[in-house]
Amino acid sequence: MQLAIFTIFSIMCIAGAILVITLRSPVSSAIALVFVMCTIAGLFALIGGLFVAAIQVIVYAGAVMVLFLFVIMLLNIKDELIQRDEKKLTRILGGVLGAAFLLEIGFFVRKGLTSGSPGLFMPAPNEFSSIESISTSIFTKYLFAFEVTSILLLVAIVGAIMLARGKGRTET
Amino acid sequence: MVLLDYIIMIAKVLVIFGGLMGMVAYMTLFERRMVAFIQTRKGPNRVGFEGLLQPIADAIKLLSKEDVTPVNANRIIFNLAPVLTFVPALLTIAVVPVADNVSLFGKEIRMVISDMNIGILFILAVASMGIYGVILGGWSANSKYPLLGGLRASAQMISYEVSLGLALVGLLMVAGTFSLTEIVEQQDSILKLGIVRQPLGFILFSIAVLAETNRIPFDLPEAEAELVGGYNTEYSGMKFAMFFMAEYAHIITTSMVVTTLYLGGWQGPILPPVIWFLIKVVFILFAFVWIRGTLPRFRYDQLMRFGWLVMLPLALLNIFVTGVILAI
Repeated sequence: MQLAIFTIFSIMCIAGAILVITLRSPVSSAIALVFVMCTIAGLFALIGGLFVAAIQVIVYAGAVMVLFLFVIMLLNIKDELIQRDEKKLTRILGGVLGAAFLLEIGFFVRKGLTSGSPGLFMPAPNEFSSIESISTSIFTKYLFAFEVTSILLLVAIVGAIMLARGKGRTET
Repeated sequence: MVLLDYIIMIAKVLVIFGGLMGMVAYMTLFERRMVAFIQTRKGPNRVGFEGLLQPIADAIKLLSKEDVTPVNANRIIFNLAPVLTFVPALLTIAVVPVADNVSLFGKEIRMVISDMNIGILFILAVASMGIYGVILGGWSANSKYPLLGGLRASAQMISYEVSLGLALVGLLMVAGTFSLTEIVEQQDSILKLGIVRQPLGFILFSIAVLAETNRIPFDLPEAEAELVGGYNTEYSGMKFAMFFMAEYAHIITTSMVVTTLYLGGWQGPILPPVIWFLIKVVFILFAFVWIRGTLPRFRYDQLMRFGWLVMLPLALLNIFVTGVILAI
């Protein structure tokens, strides 16, 4: 049962990811990306990380991608404007980097499979299984990183407001 | 035994979704009759006894209508959008406990489709997915008014989702759990109801819910006078009906969520739990219609200003006050 669900979600996820990079229309690509986010949330839920799955949907599929779509629609990017890069060097470089990345992933998957884990389905680490344990680790073990991230986000928000208001312009 | 589990699961899904779809159909009649009552009209009362067959007549009419797709529309997304609106509107009900646990065949059956320990987050996640249908429906028709309606709708939903989530934080602090089943079980006396312990949270949540469901006074995405019909202008036939059913399904599921979180869900004396649950839900539905019948529409800048400058600070204040009270 678990294997069947895993297979279904992985196939949908990979198919969606392929669509993201092959579709010509930016809006369609964005929708495919939303789909990928949701299938990844499904995979998280499958290994017991319900909280992470919900956050994945709320933050990525629900918030980030909506803003993405918004920007795409407001800027009204046309399909024709995005032309494929035909330069040889970029193609070769892209191929090499892609292959390196694939090898890297393969290495870690292999390592995970051979290091005595119970088959394909490693249950989510305890820290990710419930809200209590996640919040405990955020506010004790990773407190510093957490606070620094929040300052980073605050700076980003203030910066965005400054850029949006423009120079020397007062509030309208 | 495993087989029995599957049968119970399927039965629960069928009964709860079937009931919801029935409510969606009759919500249209309920709203039309109630608004007519408020405006001293009669409303639809010819088809069947007091108009009781009206929803069926409407469904037959909409199914048999011509289905027009604009020439310049993006066909795939145009067809996908109504589904994307309808499904999230229905999904929320999966975590709402409709009644107390029941013993059947010597088994304890929980009257909720999925008793997740992150129920509230699930509701927020599903609510955030509801935007896509509206924004894509508006965009894919490749026409001015739907696009404006879609952009307005998404801006509004994003803005009010922030207040929606923050209004819930106060309740979560009081309840100490994300599970809807546990939240209902906690509210076993009048003083423990969510609305008593979180009065400001309840008001903020209800307003945010009105905005999320695009109802009057927040129905700018469908402002007929300025946008023709809003994001669903170019839709016809059954696809148009799906947008409408989605709106009503959304109203019903959010009423159920409000009932569960703030009004004690199925808790109540004497009458069976399901009846109490339905009484409370119908009361909230009536409030929805009541507000529609009596309030005018916001202007767009008023709506945005209200969302960011009134709702958001009040929601934060609610969290602060709740924190202080809990700390004392």
